[in-house]
Amino acid sequence: MSLISTLARLEAVQTGRAQPVATVRHRHLADHPLVFVPLTTAGEAGAPLGALVGTERDAPRLLVVPQPRDRELRFAFLAELAEVVLPYVDGFAADTEAAERSESDPETGKRVKVEVELCTDAPQLVVPGRAGVEFVRLLGRSMRFRRTAEQDPDTPYPAPPRVPLLGRWLTHFGERARVPGSALLTAMTDLLSRHWASGQSSLEDQHLGALLAWIDPPPGERGADAALRAELARDAQGQLVCPPAGPATDPAFDNKLLAPAIERYDRARTALAAAEDGLAADQRLAELTAAEHAIRTLVESRTRPTWDAVWRGLDLLRELPEGDRAAERWTRDRWSYTGHRDRVLAGEPPQPRHDDAVTAANKLAARETAQARLEAQEALDDPLVMAGRRLAGEAFAGEVTDVVMAYSESKRPSPRPLITVRTEDRPHLGERAKVYRSLAGKPQSAQFVAYEPDGAVVLRLLDKMGRSKEPDEGSVPEKGERVCWTLFDHAPRGGPALPEPEDTPWTHGGPPDASGAVAVPLPDPVTEEDML
Amino acid sequence: MPKPLDARALAALAANPGCRRRALLDGAGIDKSVLATALGSPSGFGQSQFAFVRGNAFEARVKADGGAELLRLVYERVGGGPEAVPGAVATPDLAAVGPEGRAARTALALKEASEAGGWALLDHPMLALDVAGSVAFLEPDAVVVHPDGHWTVIEIKSFPMIDGSADAAKVGAAARQAAVYALALERVAERVAEQAAGTPAAPLATPPPPPLPRVRHRVLLVCPKDFSNLPTASVVDVRKQLSVTRRQLARLTRIEDIAAALPPGTTFDPERPAEELTAAVESVPAAYAPECLAACELAFHCRARAREEGAVTLLGRSVRGELGELTTVAGVLAAACEASGDRDELAELDDPTVHALRRAAVLRAEALGAEALGEVAGVCR
Amino acid sequence: MTEPIGAGSIGAGPSAAESFDPGAAADEATRAILRDTLRGGARGVVVDSPPGAGKSTLVVNAALELAAAGRPLMVVAQTNAQVDDLVLRLAEKQPELPVGRLHSSEADPYDKALDDLAHVRKSAKASELAGLDVVISTAAKWAHVKGAEPWQHAIVDEAYQMRSDALLAVAGLFERALFVGDPGQLDPFAIVGAEQWAGLSYDPSASAVNTLLAHNPELPQHRLPVSWRLPASAAPLVSDAFYPYTRFRSGTDHGDRTLRFGVAADGSAPDQVIDEAAASGWGLLELPARHTPRTDPEAVRAVARVVRRLLDRGGATLSERAPDPAPLTPDRIAVGTAHRDQAAAVRAALADLAVTGVTVDTANRLQGREYDVTVVLHPLSGRPDATAFHLETGRLCVLTSRHRHACIVVCRAGVAELLDDHPSTEPVQLGVTMKFPDGWEANHAVLARLAEHRVEWRP
Repeated sequence: MSLISTLARLEAVQTGRAQPVATVRHRHLADHPLVFVPLTTAGEAGAPLGALVGTERDAPRLLVVPQPRDRELRFAFLAELAEVVLPYVDGFAADTEAAERSESDPETGKRVKVEVELCTDAPQLVVPGRAGVEFVRLLGRSMRFRRTAEQDPDTPYPAPPRVPLLGRWLTHFGERARVPGSALLTAMTDLLSRHWASGQSSLEDQHLGALLAWIDPPPGERGADAALRAELARDAQGQLVCPPAGPATDPAFDNKLLAPAIERYDRARTALAAAEDGLAADQRLAELTAAEHAIRTLVESRTRPTWDAVWRGLDLLRELPEGDRAAERWTRDRWSYTGHRDRVLAGEPPQPRHDDAVTAANKLAARETAQARLEAQEALDDPLVMAGRRLAGEAFAGEVTDVVMAYSESKRPSPRPLITVRTEDRPHLGERAKVYRSLAGKPQSAQFVAYEPDGAVVLRLLDKMGRSKEPDEGSVPEKGERVCWTLFDHAPRGGPALPEPEDTPWTHGGPPDASGAVAVPLPDPVTEEDML
Repeated sequence: MPKPLDARALAALAANPGCRRRALLDGAGIDKSVLATALGSPSGFGQSQFAFVRGNAFEARVKADGGAELLRLVYERVGGGPEAVPGAVATPDLAAVGPEGRAARTALALKEASEAGGWALLDHPMLALDVAGSVAFLEPDAVVVHPDGHWTVIEIKSFPMIDGSADAAKVGAAARQAAVYALALERVAERVAEQAAGTPAAPLATPPPPPLPRVRHRVLLVCPKDFSNLPTASVVDVRKQLSVTRRQLARLTRIEDIAAALPPGTTFDPERPAEELTAAVESVPAAYAPECLAACELAFHCRARAREEGAVTLLGRSVRGELGELTTVAGVLAAACEASGDRDELAELDDPTVHALRRAAVLRAEALGAEALGEVAGVCR
Repeated sequence: MTEPIGAGSIGAGPSAAESFDPGAAADEATRAILRDTLRGGARGVVVDSPPGAGKSTLVVNAALELAAAGRPLMVVAQTNAQVDDLVLRLAEKQPELPVGRLHSSEADPYDKALDDLAHVRKSAKASELAGLDVVISTAAKWAHVKGAEPWQHAIVDEAYQMRSDALLAVAGLFERALFVGDPGQLDPFAIVGAEQWAGLSYDPSASAVNTLLAHNPELPQHRLPVSWRLPASAAPLVSDAFYPYTRFRSGTDHGDRTLRFGVAADGSAPDQVIDEAAASGWGLLELPARHTPRTDPEAVRAVARVVRRLLDRGGATLSERAPDPAPLTPDRIAVGTAHRDQAAAVRAALADLAVTGVTVDTANRLQGREYDVTVVLHPLSGRPDATAFHLETGRLCVLTSRHRHACIVVCRAGVAELLDDHPSTEPVQLGVTMKFPDGWEANHAVLARLAEHRVEWRP
């Protein structure tokens, strides 16, 4: 944590209210994000208990699995989830614009520009916290290898039709969420803590209710007290007043409320199955419906506060103006969405269980570039972030105190003016270090020449001054102008291209599949009882 | 009624070994959950019955059929002998009266199984470990004796291994717990070896002494595979956890020193009035950090005290890294605000902490604009 | 020491001290490595080299032999400084060997000293260097080379500091390779999370050697058994603490090297610790326990003071290299720190004492370098907490293994307690080979030894 954010947290402690750590919003927010508040069953991997999902804050769709250990009921839940999520995701597929992408020509191997479609907007999923992002990944993993009866008539326990596709999309969202600065799938706690420092630790910030209590405490209440209430306050029944944002539930809820309700449901189901005549069946069906309704009510009571909290978080975030460069990152998200749309349309198989060596290396490289780009863009968009970089010696700001015209020593001398900047920052400038400043949104570079005796920095401007002998107007800072230089690149680029997977070298195990055929991954093994 | 130390509690010592309060209370066998409630800051820990039921059912499934599936996994992942033939695996009866009896029975069974030279599965053996002068009884899920005489700790957990990987935090906790078992097993192995050495040689035949039993430092973690209830397993190297546990246990003996420093007559009896109890707890220094919230029943109490004291560790251990000797919120903010960051004055300052803090405060105020500067100043007052 | 050093020799430690002939052991190891490299059947050969075991010499010798055998060779190093250093060494050993230095297209891409070498051609394009016996560049630059005819052989230097994905990018350029490196130095790292690939044989964030051996476990693995740099006083500690399963020995014995000072000690703590280190090889200058920021002014001044006194007292080193003592000049002294700002603070403090020419750098940048005397600001000195960064085994290993004569550590008291109080709740990834010993344990081992050479700071 930088000292500036530490200071912000300390101020939050002192004032009883979260303090800003950003002056603009660093993530794009969709006009209609899809909010997803899932709950899971303790101890069971990927066994959902229920969820609230939807794009309308006042009309969430409640999905419930009354007996999470029943495969059919889980499938019904997933089918219903697909009914909500897939139309939302598909809703962005048709509206496209023409764009260019550089690809390797399969024959010459050269990079060529290809005209392709780019979706003009993309879906955005918002979950309450990081555990929600993990759960999206887990759901995706549990569904994408399932087979439907249509895909494979012999498959045991076929999945409902759209479930494998939902698994592929959730997997895509989960993978994209690992890219720094991406916004296809985000956790509300991460969004909020990117913009505000609470008076508690980042571990405690994972509790959405507590974090919101610091950012927007009830009138007259201090953040610490409100957060404590959000964490621990229980009602007369011993239930948390602010239920955990999930997907894990509070054990007290499981043991005192949920378990008896599920038992009642099980009994009603058994009784219905054993009903001998229509009259008895009607009565028992009514009891089953009532039992199911009771579970639905319970699940809603645990998810609704979180649902409302996520929307409150969105309100707070929307009050901040979006950072200039957030749109550029959202465009990358749109590329990501468009790319997956195309893979699905092309009939490609689901994402494999493990990345092959080349894909893993490509992803790592892309994410490292994204991280560097994000850090640079956030600093350029936000003076508060830049202040942190200045404190760290990675940037410096100050006043131009002298400009001396100079020229390069080539046949056609180009302007290379010397700029003296007085600064109170202490940049870590190495010998002939390169520095950059933003000139009308484009990076202009300079080279560190020397320190003046009074500590001022002398730089030599290197570019963006036009082609003529005299620099273009406005391209050289003037005496008295305030400038901010960074030691980091403004638009870091990725490294060299890696080999194609089929050219994986011997050091990395050779090509993944020598036959070259694209193997369709097998479904997971299933057992008769499926769950314990 | 003191709560005996179990492997989980011993493993948890590694979570915050610098906390004297925890070391003392755990060492003295105090039920911290009851204590926390009596102090008015209940822990909030609990286990869902769904998780409990599933955990038990999975363990039963792993050990079904005389442990055939478990032994297959042990053979496949660890080796240490020819493939186990179903029916030829010894499953000694470990029933005995009381933990001491069960521990003695376990030690004997281990010795016999090692001498027999075949596979043996010890289901819920009991191991005794001397901790800070008193005996802790530990009950691993299972221990397997290999035909080559090695012993392997088996840890059965109900979190899934999906595509060969599992929640790293949970695996880490399992590894620390297994290391405690491995350590206790080593003590048993030492005693077995001592006995073997101390036994007078048989009058007639003098066969070479059997090789000393060795405890493997790689334990077998058994979990459900993917989204099924089929068991799968992975070998986990616990050498590192072992060396940490050894050192921490050795340090635990110093509990007496901590206790000696307590005011005479200090008691942690939860029946005492909360005020008296609070004073008793406060007489032992704690080292609160946010990580405690997930690892210690007293954490909410300690957090409240840390908040009252304005300790900066409230915000996390890492914040202290740049704050030097400043340990309180008020102290840091005061240092940040003392001067306006005047260049000459800063240059003279020799304390890099204060220097950096003031610089940070100035930069932060500048970025937030004049209005916010007033806010910062507000903090300063 | 009669065990064969060759394939499978890793894990065997030197045991019989009396019969150990370091020169013979090292020669035998080198012979076996060159045999496997030039005439072996395996596509790769891996050599583990502890600090100062002659890795650079091995690389130069192997390069010359491969060139002599008519095998076009590419050499992959990790930094431009390493590349330039190798070019200079090759040219020194065999000036007429045609060597290509492939460099980037940025300004000042290589050491100007290369311009004086007649048979070294420099270019930013691999095609312009085609046909030369040896072409040398960084992994990053090699990764841009596309469509070239594969080289018959490659030498990958500092392979343990190379990331797996960097090897993936260049491995298509060669048919066979010799991988050389020091497993005890700092591991490569990624600036974003890579947990999702943990446990995979080709985890892109792991070291190149991990991936190579996971896929090719049958490759011959060698190690260089003798450190020519570390003195007899240092090799056992560094070997025990950082290389417990691949022990090595010092090439020299106690008494083979001496460090003496012309000016007698003035009774100050710096002089006392200098004398201690001169006599025993190690010195710990311990400041009173106190939590400090990273650039602890008192500790920084103490470091500077020690360096100043090292120079003022007219030090002279005597070693097996030369019959006469060599003066302890500034270029033979280095200061090592964990952080860049600490290095900057030490430089400023040295400037205040009018010291110039002494290298001051972080552990990362001191990798592969060698000095007569090093002064180390302990990574945990004054810290209120230990982090994974400060505990990293490789960091301490680099800092405590750069010296030929003596190492002086400046540290605040209380580090042992800090280590004991350090929470060990690290997550564990399935399938990941654990690095052992870990930094926690190695730090304890080093501290215990340093405590025997402790001098208290008196301001």
